[in-house]
Amino acid sequence: MYEFVSLLSIWAIPMMIVFIPLYAAFRKVPVYESFVDGAKGGFDTAIQIIPHLVGMMVAISMFRASGAMEMMVQAMRPLFDSIGIPSEVLPLGALRPLTGAGSLAYTTELIKTFGPDSMIGRIASTIQGSTDTTLYVLTVYFGAIGIRKTRYALKVGLFSDLVGFIAAVFICLLIFA
Amino acid sequence: MVNWIWLLLIVISIVFAAATGRVEAVTEAAFDGAKTGVTVSFGLISILVFWLGIMRIGEDAGLLAKLASLLSPLVRFLFPDVPKNHPAMGYIMTNMSANILGLGNAATPMGIKAMQELQKLNPDKDTATPAMCTLLALNTSSITLIPTTLIAIRMNFGSAHPAEIVGTTLIATAIATVAAILADRWYRRRVPPPKLTTGIGGGSGHEGGPGSPKGVNGGV
Repeated sequence: MYEFVSLLSIWAIPMMIVFIPLYAAFRKVPVYESFVDGAKGGFDTAIQIIPHLVGMMVAISMFRASGAMEMMVQAMRPLFDSIGIPSEVLPLGALRPLTGAGSLAYTTELIKTFGPDSMIGRIASTIQGSTDTTLYVLTVYFGAIGIRKTRYALKVGLFSDLVGFIAAVFICLLIFA
Repeated sequence: MVNWIWLLLIVISIVFAAATGRVEAVTEAAFDGAKTGVTVSFGLISILVFWLGIMRIGEDAGLLAKLASLLSPLVRFLFPDVPKNHPAMGYIMTNMSANILGLGNAATPMGIKAMQELQKLNPDKDTATPAMCTLLALNTSSITLIPTTLIAIRMNFGSAHPAEIVGTTLIATAIATVAAILADRWYRRRVPPPKLTTGIGGGSGHEGGPGSPKGVNGGV
């Protein structure tokens, strides 16, 4: 299963890059002109994202540097200890929706400190792998099309992060017990 | 809600910085964050230009419409308000496939392109439609078969079974995704959607092509 999927992942992109233009040429599409025409939009889209991403990154970066998160984790520690969740993974749960690079760095740190095959290492790996960075995805996707009123999108994203976090912890405790 | 979270992050940061004597570090972090935002956006330029080019070829060849009709029952269940053969469906499909295979740098351009297509159906260009919220929910919980980055990290630190977390990750990501879809459904019913335009912007989807990101903001 693992070998098959990783093989598929390796081949997916080269196959797409060759199959799409070949198929299009067969259908008499001027492939190069089509490519250039579509590619033109890429630059504008990326530039459009800048203000959204700068705004969000500033807030997140400040929050991480202020030490507010450590205080929150300290305050919540007794609660998590009492239900058997290793409190070392708590900051990861808070970081994961905010910053992809930050939470990956934290996961790496946990794996380095406790070992990849420790319970904490396994839980951290599972949390990091099971969801994406909600705030980043929201900023980039909605920023690219100029959506300002995001309605309930953020609530749904954060809710699923929370469910994913709890699921990751308990599945690991159950399977690797 | 985004407004509140943003404000809260900044206010809390400054208050804590004042209390713990980290004012300078937090100020520096603000400008570091701004730099990161620009760097990441610039990093997106190359992959966006490349993938939007490739995908335009696919669109012109009718491949995206074909892909959309191939797996339509699932996608139509998730996106009931998008017309059946709209190009958005094809982009949503490619976005989901790229996510599942863990092709991060292909998934983002496809997702953005899908959003741009959905924006063409949006009567109120400032406000997200239910379909956009669903697409976002799928991407934030992002089903991934193989977390390749993590397996590599575990390998680096000498794990005896670097891939042993594939199973737990798959279960956790599936649960998170189901939670996202259920929450999205719940809000969909509770919050009435803005009126949808039923006309599919010209059908070919070309008129909004390269210029669309600008057009979206009312030509600013």
